[in-house]
Amino acid sequence: MTLSATLAELVRDFKANGRIVIVGASLAGLRAAEALRGEGFAGSLTIIGDEPYEPYDRPPLSKQVLKGWVQADHTQLPRFQELDADWRLGLAAVGLDRATRQVRLANGEQVPYDRLLIATGTRARQWPNPAEAALEGVYSIRSRDDAERLQQALMAGPSRVLVIGAGFIGSEVASVCRDLDIPVTVTERGPAPLIGALGGVIGEIAAEMQRDHGVDLRCRVGVSSLEGDAGGHVRRARLSDGTTIEADVVLASLGSVRNVEWLEGSGLAAGFWGVGCDAGGRAFDINGVTTDTVYVAGDVARAPHVLYEYQFLAMEHWDNAVFGAEVAAHNMVNLEPGYRPHLLLPGFWSGQFGVNIKSVGVPPFGDEIVFTQGSIKERRFAAAYGRRGRIVAAVTFDHGKWLQYYAELIERSAPFPPPPPGWDRPDVMKPIPAEFPEPGVPTAIPDVVLTGHDPNERRAEFRPRDRPS
Amino acid sequence: MHIVVDLNRCQGYAQCVFLAHQIFRLSGDEALTYEPNPDDARRLQVQRAAAACPVQAIMIDRQDDAERGAA
Amino acid sequence: MVEETPWQQALRYANRANPYPFYAELRKTPVARQPDGTYVVSTYREIVALLHDPRVSSDIRKIRQATTTDAEQEAGASEDVISLEPNIITSDPPEHDHDRRLMTRHFYGPQDAPHQISDLEPEIGRVVAGLLDAMRDQTRIDVVDEFAYPLPVTLISKILGVPLKDEPRFHAWIETALNALDFGPEAISEELQSQLEGGRQGVRELKRFIAELLDTYAKQPGPGMLSAMVHDDGREGHMSEGVLLSNALLLLFAGHETTVNLIAHSVLTLLRHPDALQKLRRRPELIVPGVEELLRYESSVQFWHTRSAVEDIEIAGTLIPQGSPIFLVYGSGNRDPERFANPDELDLERPDNQHLGFSQGIHFCFGAPLARLEVQAAVGEFVRRVENPRLVVDPPPYRHNQIFRGPRHVLVDIDGIRD
Ligand SMILES: Cc1cc2nc3c(=O)[nH]c(=O)nc-3n(C[C@H](O)[C@H](O)[C@H](O)COP(=O)(O)OP(=O)(O)OC[C@H]3O[C@@H](n4cnc5c(N)ncnc54)[C@H](O)[C@@H]3O)c2cc1C
Ligand code: HEM
Ligand code: SF4
Repeated sequence: MTLSATLAELVRDFKANGRIVIVGASLAGLRAAEALRGEGFAGSLTIIGDEPYEPYDRPPLSKQVLKGWVQADHTQLPRFQELDADWRLGLAAVGLDRATRQVRLANGEQVPYDRLLIATGTRARQWPNPAEAALEGVYSIRSRDDAERLQQALMAGPSRVLVIGAGFIGSEVASVCRDLDIPVTVTERGPAPLIGALGGVIGEIAAEMQRDHGVDLRCRVGVSSLEGDAGGHVRRARLSDGTTIEADVVLASLGSVRNVEWLEGSGLAAGFWGVGCDAGGRAFDINGVTTDTVYVAGDVARAPHVLYEYQFLAMEHWDNAVFGAEVAAHNMVNLEPGYRPHLLLPGFWSGQFGVNIKSVGVPPFGDEIVFTQGSIKERRFAAAYGRRGRIVAAVTFDHGKWLQYYAELIERSAPFPPPPPGWDRPDVMKPIPAEFPEPGVPTAIPDVVLTGHDPNERRAEFRPRDRPS
Repeated sequence: MHIVVDLNRCQGYAQCVFLAHQIFRLSGDEALTYEPNPDDARRLQVQRAAAACPVQAIMIDRQDDAERGAA
Repeated sequence: MVEETPWQQALRYANRANPYPFYAELRKTPVARQPDGTYVVSTYREIVALLHDPRVSSDIRKIRQATTTDAEQEAGASEDVISLEPNIITSDPPEHDHDRRLMTRHFYGPQDAPHQISDLEPEIGRVVAGLLDAMRDQTRIDVVDEFAYPLPVTLISKILGVPLKDEPRFHAWIETALNALDFGPEAISEELQSQLEGGRQGVRELKRFIAELLDTYAKQPGPGMLSAMVHDDGREGHMSEGVLLSNALLLLFAGHETTVNLIAHSVLTLLRHPDALQKLRRRPELIVPGVEELLRYESSVQFWHTRSAVEDIEIAGTLIPQGSPIFLVYGSGNRDPERFANPDELDLERPDNQHLGFSQGIHFCFGAPLARLEVQAAVGEFVRRVENPRLVVDPPPYRHNQIFRGPRHVLVDIDGIRD
């Protein structure tokens, strides 16, 4: 038998009789399961999730759900494929033994696998002071239940909502508050909202937009402490500038923490940065060597990206979960040379203050920005990010129909600044510094965390690399 | 029924909104929001919206809710 | 004689019924320069790229003719059109976006619940039923004159507030204007030349007709969108009288000259594909994806002609010099095998049918939801009610116009019309 025939036989046999376990029953987990069946995988499929619900979609939570238009339990994701899976919902995975290829569940059960997919995503970072975090009226938002609780608090007509952290989710929540005519204060340690993801120039526009909508936005201040009343309900916040804010609802929107604790001792390259993997979703062990049995997808994954100097990117966005899951699934049931890379050009959207903010590429990878179309004043525009004379990302405010043009420029590594449009030129079309915070400057944790990793560096530990300024 | 809109693909053409404004809404000119689990009675409208989307961003359950049971 | 390019051949009237072999030839050069300096784009990928390229203008005034000859004559022929203010289809941002937003409010209704067009569904159903009922006792029908044309014209007139009693007049003006427009080698023919003045006159009459209507509404508000726009409170910005006039013309025209072709072509195509017709009878819900496929298969707007390059644009290995006219051939992109598997086959359930029948980008068809509701109702009910329809002439005679390509008549013998 030739080698390729043997490989084909192996693949066939695995697709018929293999055992696959997916940990994390959300967007990435579901899409991977569907893709596996779509690839013809007919073996046993077990999906483990610690939430009691079938997979649901999170982006609506901070938008239409919070607004009270859509119920939190109306966010279930559609199914495109018969799954015939063993769902273990409401049960957490608590350990991984790669030697015996078993996942340990919270009830002590051991689930054996031939291939494992890690899709445990992230959770909201909690307010760091546990006593203050426990005050009634202090919320965070990641799950359906979180959204439902916060929605009810908003319906009760709070006198003021305090949002700590002006990243995307914090800003969306502030927007909903204004839609509902609830007074809202937003505090941000950085100089402007959205700065981690989009930089200071765009952040300044976002700041103006928030203020125009009546948000009491306070930048370059932190919250030092939260104070409650005798009944244990939050009443006010003390800010780092010495002022206090009276508020009876507080949303801690401090970014996310990756769900990797259950992997402790597994010998995988898992830590606060997520789970390191190659561009095919194959997990690295602690030495940075790819494993053959463990795969990663979604928010918890961190993989090198060809277009961005092979730097390791964790892309905590919807499309990354979908495409990453599909690629991982494909590779789980195939062998070299049948592997497929996850070469997604990252993208995200955010609806806030009646404006559709969209982006492609990795804006923080750029150091310059140029407005290319439209009007900043009207908040309808397109802008491109550049680095070393090539275009690396773009952002639009209510200009989504043009974004794919920029996406193609990024894919082609086209020169920066891009050629001017034929009409509707912005007043100023000169590249200016994009004003991303220096690494290490605390901001609301950016949605895209960019830290370098030299592919030739043989170290078992990840370190953020200084970005050239 | 269950639907999801790939809002990375969506370019805000609002075709879905004009055909099924009970399910799809714009906030401002371009930011789309929607009811992810619409009542089955709206199926025809939702299918029309999905077929009309110029970038095919609206995805609907493959199976009927009836087949799926009340899971 | 110089050999004609595939594009020129596709435009010949003799090939109107089947331009597709020429399109296939054309796609071998995705962006093909024509002798008159026009760049004809025929492949899906390149069409989509240019629809989203901010260096492309739709403003017809920005075209700088590279050569004289036909092109110049054409410019002369449409002098009256050009003397109109730009409407949304011939303007660029920010004016385009602003005007289109304003029109959207009036056409579809308030932003938080734009219900006006979807509310018309019962009315569309009634008009369709009435048209079919009226043909009950016939054994032969003309799908174009008796069915496909009356539906959209009834609706757009009502929506705009254009009296239906004037239909014979404006119909004739539009016909003559359309017939005089030719982008192919036959533009210089004697026959066409003799129609030029008639075409100009048609546009002039139409313009006067709408202007008078707007005047009437200015004095005395009436039903429909035009009156509402004349009396717009200006909260979301202003539209000048001239621009309003141009857009009213556009809506009246686009509101039915396109839909009629899709209905007629859909019936024709289904009668040529008995399997698809049978399937649709068995599964009426397939009309929704089916209309998309029918539009992909026979696109009512074959190409659009007002675009040009505002800067040099390099695409698919070709440089389009600044000022050059760009024709995007939707009818060819919709048959591009690189994008659609078996593009010349009709598949009512075609997956991933992201066709270009209504274009893409900012000029995406303004009236698509209305057109879809009309065509779904018309074709769906035709299939359900008309008994044993048989084509009498195949291929049927076509209208002269190349952009709005469609049959002039579709004669069908029938055994009756069911309830
Ligand atoms: C409020 C909100 C708004 C958002 N808005 C946008 C947006 O507008 N645009 C955008 O692009 N993205 C947005 N996102 C991000 C997007 O939702 C995520 O990228 C996506 O959910 C990632 O999917 P995932 O499956 O990788 O991870 P998750 O959705 O986090 O799923 C991981 C699942 O694994 C479970 N799990 C964790 N640990 C264990 C364990 N040990 N055992 C078993 N199960 C475990 C978790 O409980 C969870 O159910 C938003 C997210 C939130 C929370
Ligand atoms: C089957 C029917 C229809 C088809 C196939 C069709 C197709 C198209 C296409 C391809 C364009 C883009 C032209 C370009 O390249 O710029 C367009 C634009 C347009 N259509 Fe339609 N159309 C149809 C019906 C309608 C109806 C019913 C209306 C009006 C109510 C309408 C109004 C318009 C307008 C106003 C534009 C210009 C939009 C802009 O430039 O922003 N169309 N149509
Ligand atoms: S029709 Fe498609 S592109 Fe348009 S708003 Fe709806 S989902 Fe978005």
